[in-house]
Amino acid sequence: MKKRLDSMELDFFLQQLITGLSNGMIIALIAIGYTMVYGIIELINFAHGDLFMLGSFLALTVLGVLGIDAWTGGGTWLGVLLLLLSSAAFCAGLNWSIERIAYRPLRASGKLSLLVSAIGASFILVNLGLFWGGLPLDVFAGGVAAAAPKDFPPLVPNTNLLGEDSLVQLTPKDLLVLGVTLPTMLALTWIVTRTRLGKAMRATAQNPVAARLMGIDTDRVIGATFLIGGALGGFASVIYALYNNTISFQMGYRAGMDAFTAAVLGGIGSMPGAVAGALVIGLVRAMSDGYLETRWTNTIVFGILVLILIFRPSGLLGSRAKEKV
Amino acid sequence: MSDLMLEVRGLEVRYGAVQALRGVSLDVRQGEIVSLIGTNGAGKSSTLMAISGIARASAGAIAFEGRDILGRPAHEIVARGLAQVPEGRRVFPRLTVRENLEMGAFLQRGSIDGDLARVHTLFPVLQERAQQLAGTLSGGEQQMLAIGRALMGRPRLLMMDEPSMGIAPILVARIFEAIRELNTQGLTVLLVEQNARAALRLSSRAFVVENGRTTITGSGRELLHDERIASAYLGGA
Repeated sequence: MKKRLDSMELDFFLQQLITGLSNGMIIALIAIGYTMVYGIIELINFAHGDLFMLGSFLALTVLGVLGIDAWTGGGTWLGVLLLLLSSAAFCAGLNWSIERIAYRPLRASGKLSLLVSAIGASFILVNLGLFWGGLPLDVFAGGVAAAAPKDFPPLVPNTNLLGEDSLVQLTPKDLLVLGVTLPTMLALTWIVTRTRLGKAMRATAQNPVAARLMGIDTDRVIGATFLIGGALGGFASVIYALYNNTISFQMGYRAGMDAFTAAVLGGIGSMPGAVAGALVIGLVRAMSDGYLETRWTNTIVFGILVLILIFRPSGLLGSRAKEKV
Repeated sequence: MSDLMLEVRGLEVRYGAVQALRGVSLDVRQGEIVSLIGTNGAGKSSTLMAISGIARASAGAIAFEGRDILGRPAHEIVARGLAQVPEGRRVFPRLTVRENLEMGAFLQRGSIDGDLARVHTLFPVLQERAQQLAGTLSGGEQQMLAIGRALMGRPRLLMMDEPSMGIAPILVARIFEAIRELNTQGLTVLLVEQNARAALRLSSRAFVVENGRTTITGSGRELLHDERIASAYLGGA
């Protein structure tokens, strides 16, 4: 009897681990968008979570317009790829436009103006999501209840890859998350460390004036940063929707706060830090949901945020050394 | 007049309500070392920043090699061969020495091995410390790196802002020597210095900036013996 209980406890723990890591990877994609933008213009881009939300609305719209029936069977993975690409392109373009319209003109006016503008952009995106959910499409349940959460069709099956009998569930959804985030992060690492654009991004982040004196068009580099961060947010929005099968115009707030906390935990400005922080937040959420109660989870996550800001504002992996001038 | 490289006329720069420059005029000819001297806050750095396209000029004209560059973006001005070693060095602290030098060659297509070799010959310490993070270098080494980095862009005119500031005297001598060497090799230099005596000795001509205006101008030798300069900038004659 005792032995069987131990094994059930282990199964439960493993399940929370899988769920936590999967959610952590989704958070990581969003957190990178925060940390990249902060690294380059020192702005907490409060609109980023809501951009993520709109990405999922776009994915659902694409699904609705093209018809869900076409996606079943062998076409599923092709469909998933199409959703990923369309949401990434949409979020990249939208993020770039927000920078161009709402941030660039204020860049010389100080950080507070920029921050207020980001909060404004966030409100606009949330309301855009509310309006979008009211469109008379079948996938939005006819649009009669604009604010209601929308069902996202379960394109990716929920079958247990570990076998019917196993209590621990590892599904194609988890593999989807891993299959999207891992290559994306490898590609991003390659861009930042090996390419001309990546070098320009690092230089601009470390000293924008010096970067301009090297002949770097910093406006373009900042634009490219928003493009990349937006695209990652678009990927995140699709895998989130396929993983959870429900989306809402309000989901950007919590996802954004989780991702922001992850970025701060890892050391804002640091990309490996954002990924590590996101995995920690994902695991903390899952363990809190599993071993405490779900109603404590947000309290714990934001408690962590407060504690880091008080005791270790540079984060776990952030550089504490101030730059010599 | 074909040897006129840089010409600045009536340059004005405003930062909000503060007028930093009220009329700076100067010119630099091919092959010269020209210095800009003046007290703290007189407008020397603002002049360089406006020429580089970092600070926005509210009035005036700037021509480099006969072409108007006022209002052009900074990266375009660098591409034309007009580079700056900024005040406070501004190296990229979390990039290695080598990566900093590579950033200086950002606009160069093709091999940069020759440029690296040239910089390493000028400042051997940069080769020794190639893999070290620039933020860990001493002030003098950072200054050498900042100069080397600017040279990687193959400029024809190099502006240097306070290269001797906050640096051990022995390194100051080395840096002034390097400026002279570079000039002999054909680089034209516009030098901003608080160390007016050293700058004037090195320069063919100089301009004095006071309250955002260029006031006195003359050859380096003339200004070294000018009483007004001696009392105000050389600490008495």
